[in-house]
Amino acid sequence: MTVHEITFTLNGMAQSGMVQSHTTLLTFLREGLGLTGTKNGCATGECGACVVLMNGEPVNSCLVLAVEIDGAEIVTVEGLAQDGQLEPLQQAFIDHTGTQCGYCTPGVLISARALLNRNPSPSEDEIKDALRGNLCRCTGYKRIIEAVKMAAEKEG
Amino acid sequence: MTTKESSGPVGTNVKRIDAQEKVTGEALFADDLQFGPGLLFGRIVRSPHPHALIKRIDTSKAEAYPGVKAVVTGDDTPKQIGLYLKDRHIFCRDRVRYVGDPVAGVIAISEEIAEEATRLVEVEYEVLEAVLDPRRGMEADAPLIHPDLADYVVPDFIFPKAGTNIPNHFKIRKGDVESAWAQCDAIVEHEFKVPHVQHVPIETHIAIAKVDQRGQITLWTSSQSPFAQRNLIAESLGLSQSQVRVISPYVGGGFGCKAGVTMEALAVVMAQKVPGHPVKLRLTREEEFFTTFVRQGLIAKTKIGATNDGKIVAMRTEYYWDAGAYTEYGVNITRATGYSSTGPYEIPNVQADSYCVYTNHPVGGAFRGFGMPEIHWGIEQIIDLLAEEIGMDKAEFRLKNCIREGSVIATGSKMHPVGLAECIEKAAAAIDWGKDDPPSALHKKRGKGMAIMWKAPAMPPNAGSSAWVRFNEDATVTVGIGGQEIGQGTFTVMAQMAAETLGVPMEWIRVQGPIDTRYSPYEWQTVASRLTWSMGNAVVAAAADARRQVLELVAEHWDEDIENLDIRNGEVISYQSEETLPLKNMVVYGLPKPEDQGWRGGPIIGHGNFMPSYVTGLDPETGQGPRSVVHYTTGCQAVDLEVDTITGQITILRLAAAFDVGKAINPDQVRAQMEGGAVQGASVALFEGLRLEGGKLMNHSFVDYRIATAVDMPFEIIPIIVEVPQDDGPWGARGIGEHSMVPTAPAIANAVANATGVRILDLPITAEKVYLLLENRLQAGS
Repeated sequence: MTVHEITFTLNGMAQSGMVQSHTTLLTFLREGLGLTGTKNGCATGECGACVVLMNGEPVNSCLVLAVEIDGAEIVTVEGLAQDGQLEPLQQAFIDHTGTQCGYCTPGVLISARALLNRNPSPSEDEIKDALRGNLCRCTGYKRIIEAVKMAAEKEG
Repeated sequence: MTTKESSGPVGTNVKRIDAQEKVTGEALFADDLQFGPGLLFGRIVRSPHPHALIKRIDTSKAEAYPGVKAVVTGDDTPKQIGLYLKDRHIFCRDRVRYVGDPVAGVIAISEEIAEEATRLVEVEYEVLEAVLDPRRGMEADAPLIHPDLADYVVPDFIFPKAGTNIPNHFKIRKGDVESAWAQCDAIVEHEFKVPHVQHVPIETHIAIAKVDQRGQITLWTSSQSPFAQRNLIAESLGLSQSQVRVISPYVGGGFGCKAGVTMEALAVVMAQKVPGHPVKLRLTREEEFFTTFVRQGLIAKTKIGATNDGKIVAMRTEYYWDAGAYTEYGVNITRATGYSSTGPYEIPNVQADSYCVYTNHPVGGAFRGFGMPEIHWGIEQIIDLLAEEIGMDKAEFRLKNCIREGSVIATGSKMHPVGLAECIEKAAAAIDWGKDDPPSALHKKRGKGMAIMWKAPAMPPNAGSSAWVRFNEDATVTVGIGGQEIGQGTFTVMAQMAAETLGVPMEWIRVQGPIDTRYSPYEWQTVASRLTWSMGNAVVAAAADARRQVLELVAEHWDEDIENLDIRNGEVISYQSEETLPLKNMVVYGLPKPEDQGWRGGPIIGHGNFMPSYVTGLDPETGQGPRSVVHYTTGCQAVDLEVDTITGQITILRLAAAFDVGKAINPDQVRAQMEGGAVQGASVALFEGLRLEGGKLMNHSFVDYRIATAVDMPFEIIPIIVEVPQDDGPWGARGIGEHSMVPTAPAIANAVANATGVRILDLPITAEKVYLLLENRLQAGS
């Protein structure tokens, strides 16, 4: 088993670490770095609970090997709030009940963040399309979509 | 508990108190807990056969594999386990009964090594004929899945039939059905089918167990039933309840699948082999689909008749439940659906036979609605068909026959005050019932349909709740409960009730988590939509107890009559002297007596409990009894949809959901439940079903087992709250969590029939099925 040294930016901080070839980014984040906000829902890229931003793009971290983030910028749910201040998406999810059990929420927030970064005022269809890879079994999606709309309005 | 006026947070749209930590990633779930380098990992060797005898197990190669610490088998689990009927071993001993039945467990230093070593466990099977259909299971020559059924431990309201595959048969005999058919002007008879479906929580099942040198067990699980798990696991392993401690943080979706004991005991038995080491067992998504509870399959045969003036006279039902290999909850689902078999209608002559049948399918369990979505699939379609037969409007027909206060229901019990008729009227009005709205294109057909429902908490008559309420120095309050936050918002609602009763601001309330059976007050289980009502009553009693202690202390301090005192906004006030005293410090340190004569009071902690005292048994032959359940929550969904005749695709345009919740403690959260339930119900209705071939599950991923996504669910949901108070509910409240998905599938089916004339009797209502039926009809008709 080969071990690799990687350097990367995680939630705005430069960082380095040693990872095995087969370790996924999801496992590295959760078990290597103790960042458990990113969730494991299927480990096969089907549910979206583990979505993180990699160089600004949403990726299923269970399908990315940790060695691949060498030189990359990673943002997880823990990196959304800055200096104790929630970001507009997080506040909107509280205000509009965008979360129930909360297990899909980190992945949903990151996918929504990626959307608003590239499209600050998305239509309802664009929001649904951006979230099609994030499964939620509790909310029925309605309030998630409303919360993303509200956050976009606030940011806009 | 009487209905009280609310002046505080009860009845208002308080934000969820768990939302902040859920949006930051700080909320802890069982998989997030840290156990350090001593942590070991378990993987399970599972049966590849639906039904077989275990002739030999050789674990030596797996045990010798580098990194493996131990291997366990059925030899390590002598006693059977089960919530109602004790019908399974934690690991199989001599027989496997479904594909996925746990045969052995491997404990290793990593998940990968444990998984590799499972392939080295050699198991020799003698394959037996499998039962793959409940009606086949009832035949006299069917192979027996549990030959020792007669010897199993069982409570007195479950009736296993020795020498058969039937672990429960529940009967209703009310009036005289056979002679009643003669009074009917119209009779309709049909058979309906419901496939097995999966709960699909986004968090799969997980358990971490640790056993100390004295044999005491700590179990960390994602669980709706920490206390039931403690009880059942202790009993099965020959321990007392105090030797098992269950700790359960936030649950990442339950819907019934994390109630009772599913896979948690596997982790415990594995941990017993390696004392001192925590052992983690996390199910893969594939395992989640078929090795934990699934919603049971159902075949429902129903005959119903009415007179020309629209009165239902008689109804006869047979339910054949495909219970799977074991029946943690299945035997009680059989019972609950038997006594609820009429749906929310008053019918003078009723005969129902609800059979729980063992098959070699995945284990049936509780799923949001506890059998009610399955039986309403048939009930609410046959009601439509009967209304058509006598030529009456379907809403009017329902209003004419639905239960009202004082109605005599199937068990002979009298119905409590109920707002079902109001639900029907309001849901119908919300989608312009009776108005023919045009479709959006020529190749589309538009239709409307409705379904009504009822559901009672199905539980032992004495399922109890308890709570404590403790003040801190700064007058913030910690509320201790044993009910679990599974996404339904119970922590928020309990905090509202505590704040309102105490007279302190909502922000001062903390709800204690994780649930820990060593410290948390006892709660039967987080199931049956019973917490707002049952645990709510306990929290109100505990808060009232704490409030009384505060007021007694201050009354003595001020030398005033306690009747003149109140707590408002965190201060004790006297309506007589108009003095005020903040709660801060006083609620822990007490108050000084005059002239330096010492102190009075002390740290304030209130306690309370609740248990229904009035539920009676039912006659085993007739199912009749004075009070069969604590209460029924009722409601109606009305759907307006379009069907694309070229593709069979169904597009829901509007769905109105009206439910009588007694009192909405948090209206916004009630609406959130109605929306989430409608979408889960629509997902099950349109897409879902386990494809079992020869007992083997063919669709065990999200690619092959589709659930609704954000793109699938564009429809407008109109939630409507109806409030007819529950006499023993806090502020009149009763449950809503499960009910919101019960009528969805039949409401959609009725609307599809209204739009196209095509009636689908077997769930799901896929576009493919609709398309094929439309084609056949066109061929037949043209």
